[in-house]
Amino acid sequence: MKRTLFDKIWDDHVVTKFDDGTCLLYIDRVFLHERTGSLALVGLQSQGRKVKNPKQVFCTMDHIVDTFAGRGDETTMPGGSEFIRVTRERANAEAVTLFDLHDSRQGISHVVAAEQGIALPGTTLICPDSHTCTLGGIGVLATGVGSSECEHALVTQTLRVAKPGQMRVTFTGTLAPGTTAKDMILHLIARHSAAGGRGLAIEFAGPAIADLEVEARMTLCNMAVEFSAYTGIMAPDEKTVEYVSGRSYAPQANELQLAVEYWSKLKSDAGAGFDDELTIDCSEIGPTVTWGTSPQDAIPIDGIIPDPETAADPDVRRSVRRALRYMDLNPGAGLQGTPIQAAFIGSCTNSRLSDLRTAADILRDRKVKSGVRAICVPGSTQVKLEAEKEGLDRIFRDAGFEWRESGCSMCFYAGGEGFAQGERVITSTNRNFEGRQGPGVRSHLASPATVAASAVMGCIYDFRRLER
Amino acid sequence: MSRRKFATHTGIAVPMLQPNIDTDAIMPSREMKRVTRTGLGDGLFAGWRYLDRGTVTERENPEFILNQTDYQGASIILAGANMGCGSSREFAVWALADYGIRAIIAPSFGAIFRTNCIRNGVLPIGLDEKLVSRLADQVKTDPQRNSISIDLVKKQLAGPDGEQYSFDLDPADQQMLLEGLDLIDVTMQSIADIESYETLHRSRRSWMQLS
Repeated sequence: MKRTLFDKIWDDHVVTKFDDGTCLLYIDRVFLHERTGSLALVGLQSQGRKVKNPKQVFCTMDHIVDTFAGRGDETTMPGGSEFIRVTRERANAEAVTLFDLHDSRQGISHVVAAEQGIALPGTTLICPDSHTCTLGGIGVLATGVGSSECEHALVTQTLRVAKPGQMRVTFTGTLAPGTTAKDMILHLIARHSAAGGRGLAIEFAGPAIADLEVEARMTLCNMAVEFSAYTGIMAPDEKTVEYVSGRSYAPQANELQLAVEYWSKLKSDAGAGFDDELTIDCSEIGPTVTWGTSPQDAIPIDGIIPDPETAADPDVRRSVRRALRYMDLNPGAGLQGTPIQAAFIGSCTNSRLSDLRTAADILRDRKVKSGVRAICVPGSTQVKLEAEKEGLDRIFRDAGFEWRESGCSMCFYAGGEGFAQGERVITSTNRNFEGRQGPGVRSHLASPATVAASAVMGCIYDFRRLER
Repeated sequence: MSRRKFATHTGIAVPMLQPNIDTDAIMPSREMKRVTRTGLGDGLFAGWRYLDRGTVTERENPEFILNQTDYQGASIILAGANMGCGSSREFAVWALADYGIRAIIAPSFGAIFRTNCIRNGVLPIGLDEKLVSRLADQVKTDPQRNSISIDLVKKQLAGPDGEQYSFDLDPADQQMLLEGLDLIDVTMQSIADIESYETLHRSRRSWMQLS
C-alpha cells in the first residue's frame, strides 16, 4: 500500500476508528495562547475537567499583549488584561508550561513552537489558532481548531475527526533571486482562489520546496489556511533535522537518532494517491502583492489591478467592485507607486530571523520615507535577541523603523493600537480582510523585502528596482 | 454537559452571497472584550452592522441587510463560497448562535468554522452554488415568503416556494447535532483505548515523549 506523508503520520496517530467514518486521532502537543486558549482553559474549569497530560501542553502570550518596551499586564486592547490574567491563572492551575510575558521564550505561538523544538516532524499538534498549519513546514501534522475542539484535546489528548482528502501542490523550477516563499503562496492562492484548498490536507512538494530554507517553508505553510486547506505539510529532510536538532524540547543523543530514523521515512511513497494535484512553475513567480480584501486578490508587483466587469459571475463582479471601493483603487491601474502611510514587518508569517535579515539588507544605509510609519515586530523574544546580537535592530532603527517587543501586534486590530481609518499599509502579514488591521484600513500583503522597499520609497515598490 | 439540539427549523433566511466572508467580519477581534462565550451577539458583523460603533452617535447601518425590516429575526444565512474562512475564533459561531442564527447554507465553508458550527448547534449546509443563488433570489423577490424549512433527520430543506432540496452531512456531524451531544463526554467512553494507545505510542516512538 503506497502512502503519502500525511497518511503515515495520520496512521501512526489513530487511536480507534468508529463506524461513522471518524476516528480518535492522538494529539502529541497542544499549544495555547491567551486569546482563545483562555476560553478553552476556562471551559474546562467550568465543567470540572482537567488537562490530561500537562507536560504535552504549552502556552504563550502573543495576541493581546502590547509590543511596546516596558509592557505589562495592562494592554491597550479593551478587556485585554483579563485575557492575560485568566490565561496565566488557569495555565498555572493546570500546571502546563507557560511562556509568560517576561519569559525569554515568549513569542508568537507558531514561531515559539518551532523555535523551542516543541513541534517535531512526525508529531501531531493543535492550537486554537488558524495559523497552526505553519508548523507543517517542519513536517508536523498541525492544525488550527476552535476552543471547544481544543478543550477536547486537552481533556482526552485526542480529536475526533474524519480523515480529510489530500492534495499535492508541486512547485517546479527555480525561484528568481529575492522572490520568496511568501510570493509562492500568494501566487498559488491567486491562481486557484482562496477556496482552492477545499478543506484538503495539502502536501507542498517539488524541487523549489526542497530549495527553501526551513523558516521559509513555515512561511509557505502558514498561509495554507488562506487557501482553505485542512493543513499544509512538507516532508522533513536534512535541513529540517539540522533545524530541529539541539532545540530545548527536541530529542537528544540516542533519542535523536531514533527520531532521525523515523523522520527519514516521512515522505510520500512514489505512486501514492492524492485526490487532487496542482503544479506551479516557479519561473512564473515574482514579487507578489495583494490589491484587494482576500489573499486571492494578489498580482505580480508590476501587474495590473483587475477589472470587475470582466468577471463572468455576478457575485464575483460585486465582490471585486466592493474590494476596489474599500481599497480605493482603480481597475486597470498598476499597484506600483501607490502611496502608503504605513509599513509593517511581523506576524507568524514573516517575523523570523531570516525575514528580518532580508528586510535589513534592503534598509541598510537607507531611510524610511518621511510620513510613513514603519514598524518591525520580531516573532519571538528569541528572534529579537538574536537579531539584536547581529545588530539588525540598529539597521531598522537607523532607517526609521520602530523596533518592538514580540507578539502578534498589528497583524489584527482588537480595539487597541492600530492604524488609522483609510490608511494604506504594506504588510508582511497574512490577511488583508476588510478591517483586519483596523476599521477602514487598507492592507496590502507582501514579502518582507517588498515591505522594506516600499517603506523606503513611500509607495508600493519593487525592491528589484532599488539601486545599490 | 449537553448542547443545543437541532432537529427541524423554519426561519427567515437572509441572503449574504458574497464569497469569502471571513470570521473577522463575522466577529471582529475588537468585539471580543471578555473571556466569555455568551452574550456575543451584539458584536456580530459589527463592522458592517453599525455606524460610529463605540461612540455616542452609534447607530445601525441601514444598508446592512440584517438591519432591514424584511430580515428582522432571521435565523438562516445564505452565504457565498468559503463561508467562515480565516481565523479559528469560535467567538464567530458563539456570536451567530447568540444572535439567533441556527443554520448557514453555503457552497463551501472554512474547515475550522464548519467544525465550530457543529460543536455549537449551528447547522452548516453545503449546497451547490446555483441552488444557493436560487434560494437567495426567491428570498429577495418576495419578502412575505422568505422562510426556509430544514429537516436534519431527512437531510432536506424546503425553499420559500416549497421546493425540496437534499443535502449531505456526515453521519457523525448529523448525530452530534440531532442529539446535542457533548463530544468530550462521548470520547471519555473511549478513555481506556486512549490510555492503551498512549502506552504503545510512548514505547514505539519514545523520542516524541516530553519528560
